[in-house]
Amino acid sequence: MSEFSVIGRRLPKVNSWTHLTGEARYADDFFLPRMLYGRLLRSTRPHARIRRVDVTRALAHPGVVAVVTGADMPEKMGIMPSTQDETALAVDRVRYVGEPVAAVAALDEDTAFDALSLIEVDYEDLEPIFTIEEALEREDVKIHDEAKRANVFKEVHLSFGDLDGGFAAADHVRDDWFFFEGNTHAPIESHSAVASYGSDDKLTLWTATQVPHYLHRELEKVLGLPRSRIRVIATPNGGAFGGKSDPFGHEFAAALLSMRTRRPVKITLDREEVFYAHRGRHPVKMRIRTGVKKDGEITAVHYQSWLDGGAYASYGIATTYYTGALLTVTYRIPAYKFDGVRVYTNKPPCGPKRGHGTTQPRYGFECQIDKIAEDLGLDPLDYRKKILQPPNSRTVNELRITSMGLGDCLDALQRATRYSERRGQLGRGKGLGLAGSAYISGAGLPIYWNEMPHSGAEIRIDRGGGVTVMCGTSEIGQGSDNMLASVAAEALGVMPGDVHVVSGDTSLAPVDLGSYSSRVTFMAGNAVRDAAMKLRALLVAAAAEKLEVPAERLLAAYGRIYNRDDPTKFVAFADAAVLAESKHGTLVAAGSYKPPKGIGGSFKGAGVGPTPAYSYQAAVAEVSVDLETGTVTVDKVTTAHDCGRALNPANVEGQVEGSAYMGYGEIIGEEQVFRGGLHKKPSLLDYKIPTSLDTPVLEAIVVESVDAEGPFGAKEAGEGPLNPVIPAIANAVYDAIGVRFDETPITPEKILDALGKRDRRGEPKTRIGPDGLAERNGDPKRALRRLTASTDARERKRSVE
Amino acid sequence: MLRLPRFRLIEPRSYGEAAQLLAENGAGSLDRTRGTPTLRVMLVAGGTDLFPNMKRRQFTPEVLISLARVRDAAGIESNGHLDISAGTTLSAVASDAGIRERYTALAQAAELVSTPQLRNMGTIGGNICLDTRCNWYDQSLFWRTAEGFCMKTNPDVVCRVATSSPRCLAVASADTVPALLVLGARVQLEDASSAREVPLSELYREDGISPMAMRQDEVLTDITFPESDGWRSTYMKLRDRGSFDFPIAAVAAAVRWDGSRVAAARIAITALGSRPLLVETAASQLVGTRLDDVTIAVAAEAVHKVARPMDNTSGTISQRKRAALVFTERALRSLRPA
Repeated sequence: MSEFSVIGRRLPKVNSWTHLTGEARYADDFFLPRMLYGRLLRSTRPHARIRRVDVTRALAHPGVVAVVTGADMPEKMGIMPSTQDETALAVDRVRYVGEPVAAVAALDEDTAFDALSLIEVDYEDLEPIFTIEEALEREDVKIHDEAKRANVFKEVHLSFGDLDGGFAAADHVRDDWFFFEGNTHAPIESHSAVASYGSDDKLTLWTATQVPHYLHRELEKVLGLPRSRIRVIATPNGGAFGGKSDPFGHEFAAALLSMRTRRPVKITLDREEVFYAHRGRHPVKMRIRTGVKKDGEITAVHYQSWLDGGAYASYGIATTYYTGALLTVTYRIPAYKFDGVRVYTNKPPCGPKRGHGTTQPRYGFECQIDKIAEDLGLDPLDYRKKILQPPNSRTVNELRITSMGLGDCLDALQRATRYSERRGQLGRGKGLGLAGSAYISGAGLPIYWNEMPHSGAEIRIDRGGGVTVMCGTSEIGQGSDNMLASVAAEALGVMPGDVHVVSGDTSLAPVDLGSYSSRVTFMAGNAVRDAAMKLRALLVAAAAEKLEVPAERLLAAYGRIYNRDDPTKFVAFADAAVLAESKHGTLVAAGSYKPPKGIGGSFKGAGVGPTPAYSYQAAVAEVSVDLETGTVTVDKVTTAHDCGRALNPANVEGQVEGSAYMGYGEIIGEEQVFRGGLHKKPSLLDYKIPTSLDTPVLEAIVVESVDAEGPFGAKEAGEGPLNPVIPAIANAVYDAIGVRFDETPITPEKILDALGKRDRRGEPKTRIGPDGLAERNGDPKRALRRLTASTDARERKRSVE
Repeated sequence: MLRLPRFRLIEPRSYGEAAQLLAENGAGSLDRTRGTPTLRVMLVAGGTDLFPNMKRRQFTPEVLISLARVRDAAGIESNGHLDISAGTTLSAVASDAGIRERYTALAQAAELVSTPQLRNMGTIGGNICLDTRCNWYDQSLFWRTAEGFCMKTNPDVVCRVATSSPRCLAVASADTVPALLVLGARVQLEDASSAREVPLSELYREDGISPMAMRQDEVLTDITFPESDGWRSTYMKLRDRGSFDFPIAAVAAAVRWDGSRVAAARIAITALGSRPLLVETAASQLVGTRLDDVTIAVAAEAVHKVARPMDNTSGTISQRKRAALVFTERALRSLRPA
């Protein structure tokens, strides 16, 4: 029998029913008396100076109550304090089509919509930049005047170990270029915020955010309102995936409009606006050189990445480092060099999406590992097992590795899929592919420098035995409320359903840094456990006194504190609470968590990469390629994931399967692409997130390495499992048709091109991907010319006809 | 979310009344006071295409005449020959046992339209009258403002797909139409005073702005079919996903067998140009043959030749052109006797 009464059991999530029935109150479900409806006016230009914004006609429009513009909130803001380059609404410059410029509050949505067309913006067009190459070269066009070199946002160079010696010692060196296309989160709930500034001169903001604490700080800065007068409540997020972890223009606009009108203001983005809010996966060009000995042992890796960051910083500085930081934690790499450059372009800002910055390099690296295995005649699964980074070790870039279950994941996959026997044996058009990966269980450092806890939790026990957990985490559908309830319940000996959870409220709950970087289970879990264990000690002491047995002999489970030697001798939890409160006063305890020191290096840039524990995972994909139409069908994805310990296996499997689904979408069809600065497909009809009919059969295998520092041994499960799916599918397509896909997505067009069937002159190819930094897709300004085309050519053609 | 513009909804009880209302409200006349020029009055059946278009302000009619309450607007009659009322939902068409058995291509095509929810609302008449589509056009008012609009809404602007094109290149995108074409469907049209019947093939033209040859004061009321004796038919659709998506290339084929030889054949395509097209040059190759591989290849080549996709849908030109060829082959092979 399990030592736990809650942990490890497939209990339903505490909020399953409210989510299933629609009872959960999302931000857009809030209706307050006297509430106004806001809408944002957005830039129609990819790059322009704002000469003048005239809101007179809009203000005079019947039903319009207030209008604000960038000039009302000129303070720079942004998620990373060191790179704040954004304003809530554009002040004097717009840098992408869709950037918010002004906001209207009106009595109803229709009026707000109509009023937008009455705002006159006088733009002076500037030349836009759309590609990495152009951004690197154009000194004459600056998207941000502060950029030192051309349009470079950040450039990093890190070197560890003896790189030259490593390559010199190699028997074989692979040098490959890769391109990972940008894509976006596409959460089903669009962003929404309701602000209410009352007669008490306090602002409350209900908003779909992953980061209520960071937003709290930015609101203070931009609105000039002390944080003590602001309360941020993160509503349940209907999906977020990283897309709701920046402070956004509509949040500030709703707040300011409410302050101006002293009425509640709601702004809910429409679907198209969500595509402009973006902060999604960066398009990344990569070059990876890897040296290996004859037996495959890696001698050196030189990884270079060029990130297309879009118009603003967002998390870009972290993203840039993340592309290089985590390549070292899976396989032994004795010498490693990383060069990264992130540039500005006139497109919606890129940011963190599930797997933040590690997804793209992992795709490239795992494709390359597959090639190396083939070059050396090794089985890709055995090969990976041979070169694993050992547990309880340090990587060459000084990252501390503790529990490490990648080998177990690979073994589990081999058992489940018989990969090694079946690879290469499925016949032309069918293939099997494998990849491994890793992710962090929370960033080792906060976004702003401080010595305070990363996560705090408070637990209160009432006189009826009710338990309330308060923690600043944001429930984004990943199950964090359930995790908080489960950890507290296990520690106190009650069931999760008996626990009230108050999360994401900056007034009621201690700070948790937010639901990003897969940090919540590990960090908030430890904070809650810390608080719960303090209260448990009081309850057990009270029960021990009553039962007249030593406290060490008591256990707590199922609402009882009982004698482990004779469970019929017990005190009910509620009675123990009364005894303890009688003795100690009100039963409240706080707990907190901060990652240990020394988990990373001390060089500049060492802040990105360290984590208290890495999750590990591997996936096997099975694909079928239609050799005539180029259509790829992914038949099955099997993922084995080392989550330390599954606090709730059903929830872990849900995260693993959801990750596989999302990864599948990214490589098969999703792309955030533009035509002359205009988003090509800003709708769920045109942006191809897979439907349930497309989704492969998904199998999740939970591997438990029981981490020594995780709460009950747990590590993350929300992001890492996405990473191996993408290269596994690319490697499976290679197994099926013998073509390497060194760029994403794998479209029918590219398959046909590779098979020589794109047109009548086509020649078969063995590889699709970039050969260098230069654009492969022709003239990037062609679409722009289409947009500025006059009717002259048409008229000439007409007159000829 | 995007909201509908204001409009007046009229719900007549008969097609005659609907036609009368069309005429009274200035059928075909353009309103130029609402931003981009827009039809003053429009018909709406299931609304699954028109309402999203209105939310994006592609159309902002003052008056909408709904056909939802027209008496006997929905129904499938098969007394020897098939007659489908225009207001019949796509779900009803797709699930009708007689259609599935004898007019298979139509049932397949109806079942491949969008999603179950939209098929429950969308009608066969509405699908026949579906507006042409283009990813430079099927965008919000905001997007098209940033674009500077295009020829389809603003005649004085270029076609963004090919800026020197003298005509709009928007794409015919109705799934059921090629199926109806190969089944020899005819449509009944009614105006305020009279009715006429025309072959469906005469209803379309190669013009993305005015893709329908029916008059603006006419209402499409019924679809009729010849006897299905000896015909076998099928429909194949290329799209990115298993649901939701419009076709980006589609082929319907029908063959009538006389013993082991083909007595008659029809092949139609859509989503490969501004109009759905009966490809006579392909079908004529099949008559008298046993649908051997060589014959099929010749027919597929003929379809490939007339398919003219442009870069204005999902997918790519070469992928879609190739799908026309491959799907023709696959469709014809599937029509061989078991």
